[in-house]
Amino acid sequence: MAEDKKIDLDTVRHIAALAHLELTPEEEEKYTKQLEEILRYMDKLNELDTDGVEPAYHTIDLKNVIRPDASTGQGLSREDALRNAPLHNGELFKVPKIIKSEE
Amino acid sequence: MSEEIYKSSISDLHKLISTKKISCAEVVRSYLDRIDSLAKRINAFLFIQEEEAIKSADAIDKKIKDGEKPEYLEGIPIAIKSNINTKDVETNCASKILAGFKPPFDATAVERLKNAGMIPLGKTNMDEFAMGSSNEHSAFGAVSNPWDTDRAPGGSSGGSAAAVSAGMSPAALGSDTAGSVRQPAAFCGITGIKPTYGRVSRYGLVAFGSSFDQIGPMTRTAEDMAHIMSVMSGHDPHDSTSSEQPVDDYRKTLEDSVKGRCIGIPKEYFTEGLSEEVRNAVEAAVDFYKKNGCEVVEISLPHTDYGIACYYILAQAEASSNLARYDGIRYGYREEGELPLKRLYSVTRDKGFGEEVKRRIMLGTYVLSAGYYEAYYKKAQKVRTLIRKDFEDAFEKVDFVIAPTTPSTAFKIGEKLEDPLQMYLSDVYTANVNMSGIPAVSIPVGFDKNSLPIGMQIMGRWFDEGGILNLAHIFQKNTDHHKKFPDL
Repeated sequence: MAEDKKIDLDTVRHIAALAHLELTPEEEEKYTKQLEEILRYMDKLNELDTDGVEPAYHTIDLKNVIRPDASTGQGLSREDALRNAPLHNGELFKVPKIIKSEE
Repeated sequence: MSEEIYKSSISDLHKLISTKKISCAEVVRSYLDRIDSLAKRINAFLFIQEEEAIKSADAIDKKIKDGEKPEYLEGIPIAIKSNINTKDVETNCASKILAGFKPPFDATAVERLKNAGMIPLGKTNMDEFAMGSSNEHSAFGAVSNPWDTDRAPGGSSGGSAAAVSAGMSPAALGSDTAGSVRQPAAFCGITGIKPTYGRVSRYGLVAFGSSFDQIGPMTRTAEDMAHIMSVMSGHDPHDSTSSEQPVDDYRKTLEDSVKGRCIGIPKEYFTEGLSEEVRNAVEAAVDFYKKNGCEVVEISLPHTDYGIACYYILAQAEASSNLARYDGIRYGYREEGELPLKRLYSVTRDKGFGEEVKRRIMLGTYVLSAGYYEAYYKKAQKVRTLIRKDFEDAFEKVDFVIAPTTPSTAFKIGEKLEDPLQMYLSDVYTANVNMSGIPAVSIPVGFDKNSLPIGMQIMGRWFDEGGILNLAHIFQKNTDHHKKFPDL
């Protein structure tokens, strides 16, 4: 009694692209199998009738917190902000070039 | 006596320090030696702050010598999980992608404990980004359970639990998203709390599932826990989800009589799958409360069984979003070579994250993606409302809910590693506490035939940390399970 698959290799590749993960072929295969099993377990939730139930975003009463739109004076110094970066030039983070220069 | 220092609780240490029987430097040295001697066998620590710890201890010793009375937590060592920021001390979440990361600030919880005089000893091993229930998903190697080194200490705060259990520190901080403090506390025979959501500031806790995460201490006794929770809790302007509700003094209610309290026993937690020995130990502990004047009634939390499915959808959705920030640009690991920007991100992330973290990012991305959002994410949020309502209804009738922390005692290292779903199901008794935001404390209530600790959790109403610690303390005052020490 073969049920429809929930997830296939193409979906896994699509999800990996959305998540910025360049998976190896072995990982793609492994995750396809494991996510299928996990998502099948999640189907359990469909046993419950949730019509009219409000979704929970939080568990305690939270209210929006705002503060004056002004500096708190607590930001990081440039040195602190840069010191954990794998590549920087002392002033800026270094990233690969993303704009082509015009011929 | 001095070689036994490491077996002390915080209250023992405070007595010794304040009566000048021992110096803070001697205390710190005793734990550092213990950490050193067990480093290879247990692998509980990723980083030790030896120099700073000795320096802080010397400064407190000088104050005491000059006639100052030490505060309760002054000079008491504490270990800190590697996902809680400590200024200038490597905080890598046991992940390759954050290797070498030195935070420019202290987490609020750490800052408050330091202000109270506690001395950080180092950063503890964990499942990478707190994702796991066995501490096997660490980029820096698994942690062993001090009660049986072939077994897992639980996770994700496995290093913190093993450290307290084996006397490498009298206390530790962990974090709990679905049981990550309570499950390892149960497996290692110590006391661990998941505070009410919003009770302890999450500022400086590396985000995993932001609507679930709480920092929780791990100690040898509920009394020690009350002291740490009293100074660590409370509103923090840096965390807009931290509660403005005033903090009770948990120390003052420890000795209250438990007579007349009503305890609910949820029948859904005592079904097949629960080991006989765990059941017997928990039932014996419940009998203790009965004998001490508590009323015990059976209750139902009808949506218990849906917790794991619901949790793994919601928390992984939040995680996939929270972990989007690790791209190799601002901190941590970055793939070498001249790659175009998008490939730099995706190759860095594939190589920097471990297998379980990637699995969860994939799962979270999937349930949030177009076409699946309603079926999974929205559905799970609605079920979360039902799970929370189970507890609201229960707390109309009872003051506390008591259940096992885990269905079995510590499992073997490797036993569940290749079966992610089985690993997820080990959170079956703990996840719903985070789903609903209530506080729960796990305490040791006995041992199985293999001499492995058994844990029981006491759940309370939102913000009733005082109540659950009172119940835990009264039990510990009359029993000695929490005083047992692993043979190492």
